[in-house]
Amino acid sequence: MSMFEDANRKQISNRRKKDLYLHLLFIAATSIGIIALMALLINIVLDGIGRLNLDLFTNYPSRVAERAGMKSAIVGSIYMVLIMAPISFVLGVGAAIYLEEYAKKNAITRFIQLNISTLAGVPSIVYGILGLTIFVRGLSLDRSLLSGALTMTLLVLPVIIVSAQEAIRAVPRARRDASFALGATKWQTVYGSVLPSSISGILTGVILALSRAIGETAPLVMIGALTFVAFLPSSIMDQFTVMPIQIFNWISRPQVSFHDLAASGIIVMMVMLVLMNISAVILRNKYSKQI
Amino acid sequence: MSTATQAANQTLIHIEQLNLYYGTYHALKNVNLTIPEKAVTAFIGPSGCGKSTLLRTLNRMNDMIDGTRIEGLVSMGGTDIYSSDVDVETLRKKVGMVFQQPNPFPKSIYDNIAYGPRLHGIKSKSQLDEIVEQSLKQAVLWDEVKDYLKRSAFSLSGGQQQRLCIARALAVNPDVLLMDEATSALDPISTLKIEELVQELKNKYTIVMVTHNMQQAARTSDQTVFFLNGEMVEFDQTETLFSNPSDKRTEDYITGRFG
Repeated sequence: MSMFEDANRKQISNRRKKDLYLHLLFIAATSIGIIALMALLINIVLDGIGRLNLDLFTNYPSRVAERAGMKSAIVGSIYMVLIMAPISFVLGVGAAIYLEEYAKKNAITRFIQLNISTLAGVPSIVYGILGLTIFVRGLSLDRSLLSGALTMTLLVLPVIIVSAQEAIRAVPRARRDASFALGATKWQTVYGSVLPSSISGILTGVILALSRAIGETAPLVMIGALTFVAFLPSSIMDQFTVMPIQIFNWISRPQVSFHDLAASGIIVMMVMLVLMNISAVILRNKYSKQI
Repeated sequence: MSTATQAANQTLIHIEQLNLYYGTYHALKNVNLTIPEKAVTAFIGPSGCGKSTLLRTLNRMNDMIDGTRIEGLVSMGGTDIYSSDVDVETLRKKVGMVFQQPNPFPKSIYDNIAYGPRLHGIKSKSQLDEIVEQSLKQAVLWDEVKDYLKRSAFSLSGGQQQRLCIARALAVNPDVLLMDEATSALDPISTLKIEELVQELKNKYTIVMVTHNMQQAARTSDQTVFFLNGEMVEFDQTETLFSNPSDKRTEDYITGRFG
């Protein structure tokens, strides 16, 4: 008589089977995403690799696919991010600091909070309509780089605010107390203690939001960014185009050679996005080591 | 302060008919207490008895909790610290605090100490160097860290971090040092080091400590105050309070019958 004899072997084997089936289901669930992504990547690389040469970066768009490049689109995208980044950082992080550190926790604050969270889920085309009304027509900024950048700022603000708030909220109460107990004012505490503890999370949120903006097309189409720009914007009031719009334009052409060109454009854009995401990870690791 | 007042251990903090409410919760009930300067006063009592709350009224850290209401008088050196004559920033510069968990900033050891002086406008590098060295020496940490001042404060052990926090509090040159269960997260050896440090520091500073550990109160303090349910039950010389308590509840608590 062994001490293990009263075990219900059948019941245990059923439990194990259930574990196995679910294990397989979870692997399948994960693979579908990865397989779809790989299929997309391979398809695009095969189509686009032929046109991925220096001309793509140095030529302006052209009616002739062999001569067309996306110089103006790449530069337009970079300019847009350069304008957006400081504005959305200051506004987004400022709002997050206000809501987390200064605002009283009352009904009004909760109402604002609810609105911001809702805005983060509003379709991007709606921001395009808003940008068209406010910046293009209302402030008469026209279809300029500035209009586009400000519209995109509106789009990413809720995302930046929410992620910055989360990063700030994660700073332990004790870090603030330590600063206040030394006689710091609120701003001194925010600047000296809260921000150093949360900057990696804030920057990660900002970079991911900016990389989302790089890929957005709809709001810029709405405010009337051009699809054929054979010059570089020389001021923030100039007309402009960005990478996803150029890609969209090439794809909507009937000729196959333009489709291949679009595929190379997608590769360029994806490399740029991956670089931004990697820099977000590097920043996070760099700062989180100190905390 | 002159040596004459030091010897006499005059009253520094004077608390009169102090009531404190968190919303509708009556956390401190009619507390009357005097705390002498350049001595160690310990607050003891079971959890939730109000001892930490009272400690935090002394540097007005309770102000930051929404719904806190305070009645009565807390004066320090003859000035009502809740009056409009006193800036809370100045008060907290004069009344330093060390918390239960070591809470260094995510900065270097040097920048942790220099944080306070910089807040109050000291920018000169040589002056800051001097303050950092003096503060770390006072907290008996200098010899352990003098070669690693640029290293993160998190590279220190828990006990070292707590001494760093003490040094940080001393760096703004306070008169009073509040210690809120400052050793409860530390091992016995680190605790002992901090207790020895407290004995050193009381020659220069007025120390008020909250502790759960009655042996610690008995070992390190000159006066002990026993709290229960928001009331001050007994206040006496530490020796007297522990050997011959006048209140039955104090006796029950210190002999371990509850708490």
